[in-house]
Amino acid sequence: MAREVKVYEVKDYRADIDSDWCPGCGDFGILAAIQQALYRLQIPPHKVAVCSGIGCSGKTPHYLRAYGFHTLHGRVLPFATGLKLANHGLTVIAVGGDGDGYGIGAGYFINAGRRNVDFTYIVFNNEVYGLTKGQAAPTLPRGAKTKSMPEENVQQGLNPIALAVGAGYTFVARGFALDVKHLSELIARGIAHRGSAFIDVLQTCPTYNDIHTREWYLGLDRPEKRPRLYKLEEAGFDPVVTDPEDPEEIRAKQISAIAKSYEWGERIPIGVFYQVELPTFEDNLREKGILGEVPLAEADPFSRDVTELVEALR
Amino acid sequence: MSSTDRDINWVIGGPQGSGINVAAETLARALVRAGYRVYASIEYHSNIMGKHSYYRLRISDADRQSPLGRVHLLVSLDEETLFGDTHHEFPAHRGHLHEVVPGGAVVYDARVKLEAGRDDLKLYPVPYADLLELALKEFGRQAERNRFKVVQNVIALSASAAVLGFDLEALTAAILEGFKGRRAESARINIRAAELGYEYIRAHFGDDFGYKLSRLNRRPNQRPLLVRGVQAAAIAKIKAGLGFQTYYPISPATDENVYLEAQQRKYGFVVVQAEDEVSAINMAVGAAHAGVRAATSTSGPGFTLMAEGLGFASMTEAPGPVVFLWQRGGPSTGLPTRQEQADLRFALQPAHGEFPHIVVAPGDIKEVVFDSYTAFNWAERYQLPVIVLLDKHLAGAYSTVDDLGLEALPPVDRGLFYAPDGGYLRYAFTETGISPRTIPGMEGGIFWTTSDEHDPKGHITEGAENRLKMVAKRMKKLEVAAREIPKEVKFKTYGPPAADFTVVGWGSTKGAILDVLEELGAEGYKLNFVQVRLMRPFPAEELKEVLGRARNLILVEENYTGQLGALIREQTGINITRKVLKWDGRPFTQEELKEGLLKAMDAEGTILASHLQG
Repeated sequence: MAREVKVYEVKDYRADIDSDWCPGCGDFGILAAIQQALYRLQIPPHKVAVCSGIGCSGKTPHYLRAYGFHTLHGRVLPFATGLKLANHGLTVIAVGGDGDGYGIGAGYFINAGRRNVDFTYIVFNNEVYGLTKGQAAPTLPRGAKTKSMPEENVQQGLNPIALAVGAGYTFVARGFALDVKHLSELIARGIAHRGSAFIDVLQTCPTYNDIHTREWYLGLDRPEKRPRLYKLEEAGFDPVVTDPEDPEEIRAKQISAIAKSYEWGERIPIGVFYQVELPTFEDNLREKGILGEVPLAEADPFSRDVTELVEALR
Repeated sequence: MSSTDRDINWVIGGPQGSGINVAAETLARALVRAGYRVYASIEYHSNIMGKHSYYRLRISDADRQSPLGRVHLLVSLDEETLFGDTHHEFPAHRGHLHEVVPGGAVVYDARVKLEAGRDDLKLYPVPYADLLELALKEFGRQAERNRFKVVQNVIALSASAAVLGFDLEALTAAILEGFKGRRAESARINIRAAELGYEYIRAHFGDDFGYKLSRLNRRPNQRPLLVRGVQAAAIAKIKAGLGFQTYYPISPATDENVYLEAQQRKYGFVVVQAEDEVSAINMAVGAAHAGVRAATSTSGPGFTLMAEGLGFASMTEAPGPVVFLWQRGGPSTGLPTRQEQADLRFALQPAHGEFPHIVVAPGDIKEVVFDSYTAFNWAERYQLPVIVLLDKHLAGAYSTVDDLGLEALPPVDRGLFYAPDGGYLRYAFTETGISPRTIPGMEGGIFWTTSDEHDPKGHITEGAENRLKMVAKRMKKLEVAAREIPKEVKFKTYGPPAADFTVVGWGSTKGAILDVLEELGAEGYKLNFVQVRLMRPFPAEELKEVLGRARNLILVEENYTGQLGALIREQTGINITRKVLKWDGRPFTQEELKEGLLKAMDAEGTILASHLQG
């Protein structure tokens, strides 16, 4: 007898709770894009775990109908790693802000790339610490001064795309919070990608970031109104490694992704910078015979015979 | 004759990397198989090659649980083992020659001029290098004398076995076992070296050592276990159904993790080496929330980094993880490879805010097994993190036991699960404070959880009424745990019910306390012992009753401030005014503690009980 296949609608991924983000916040676009990506992939809500750090972005799991884990500042990736390894049957999405991921959580951002656990990490990058009222975040350029900062930023902004490639992420992309359709496609590609997918999302903060605003990204401040953002795929950029066994090709694609990531200001690329299919952390554990097909959370480890271990002590 | 006179303390010392571990552990295994009981522990520097380390083997016909300070047979691989590093401006130790008892013996390199100014010792100079040269010559390997230099440890070992009157064949069998799976020729060279060392003693010295093994009774039908705390903990965790373990390398927790790593394939669990302890704890919390029995293992410096993760686990009522905290000398990097019991208060308040967690401190191998196993039941039943508080001495010391007590373990208890009927509330208010949980992936079980204060559904709220109820709900679980955990797990009493003095202690000092109580009992003193094991929820009322009945109390701890004493005073109002303490980074020897207790029985105050061990 054929089982009835349940078809999920976008609303099935929405929690019945109001958000407390500021009106016009870029987070709304990212939330909608995540919901649309899950809908597009038809992943049952109860098979999804969304984990977050702390900050405005940290509230995202509460607004999604899926298992939601609002964790600690900067620690979302270790948490998501443990969760995914404990139950690799789940679709795991991690979200956080740029301060969360590139500041307090920078060590975890880098080290997660080394592992290539099969999850998707979405960073809400608005260049400011919004929830504490607008201090400079790790991506704000040196010399920039948002309206709530008493002085110009004296620290340099970092390049998350280049860092992600260097750390070993196997899918590296940048999206724009206000282009929901394009972003949801990126997120769907990231989720479908086997391995750690990283998506840096340029997110407007209408309350605290008065420099990189919607108008700025869309070029509405320019006389010709030409958008600063452009899509890599429309510009013929080829990010995908066709032969993952070929270290030369991997190196060449990484170099071109990093070079592209330094394009900023007058023209800002969004889309996929780099993608390669490499064994995931789970694959490596499976190959060693440590992890089986059955997720650890569904296994029965309660009838183990440790006689051999005890006898070895005699 | 007191019972300890029947002990033989065999000590081997040498620079790190000279193979004293292999020598001592080989002899320990051989002795246990021959029917002797052994208690063995190592002291070493945080260093890979060169610094002084030494291994003590206490050989007995009874089960001893503490190191002896006095030495009956000293085996020295270098001069420093004999005389210390007194040429330094601030010497670290004075060597071990002064610890050898009258009539005791020293096996040492014949090239060393031993003018100890002691004519009460039996001296066995052995030409280690010449004997090694002979052995290598038989195999045509003289050119590799530098590579094989470490084999001098076997020569010294077998020479000492000859002095002890231990059977050469039993020793070489144990040596051979150490070469299982390695190059056969290396094994043959080692065996030959052992024979030469053994024969050298037989040929050149009389058979008149006063502390030969024949003084001890053997138990020929016994083949007991020789176990370290790290092994006991790891086996108990595997038995408990451990699914996920994380760690960042740190002494003295690393051995437990390495043991587990070697077993993950066979038993189907995952060990992840994290980038730091912040990551380690958060991975473990993630796995616990996913429904797997999760643990992490660390020492003081790493535990410091776990603070926020522990608060997070408790706030979100994660069913774990179980954190194994192997204490070492603090603060900061402190004494990385040395003993201390100074993290009790920290383990009790490991993060900001008020939250429930359980802290249990086992004192011997069987308690390590029981507590490590049971901790997972508590973590899942009460949905909170559990800290198993151990220490370096418990981690590394070998005890002889007949079994691990696996038969006595309670059944697995995974706590309450939710049966989907719609409208699930992960943090539902209940009588016990325990809300049924689901496993992510389960249909109808979706929940939210947050490190912020939250409502029963798991969404953020800062409402006052919810806050009052939610804090009380979480704390309520501790009350329930206090009610449900059996009294014999909370604390234990040893010795006569009525005594002049009651010793109060915790953790691995239990061994020394029991050994000293036996010795003092034989000398006519009336002492008993209360071992506190459950530190949170603290058994205040039950303990108050027991301690309140005692005539005089003596606190024994390996720290400066008497942390358990402070906890008892806080929780029961009882102020223990006699204290035997030490914070020199070494575990109590039986002599140190005996002397300390005798002084404490004489007068109130704090006795520092340190004989400045190497």
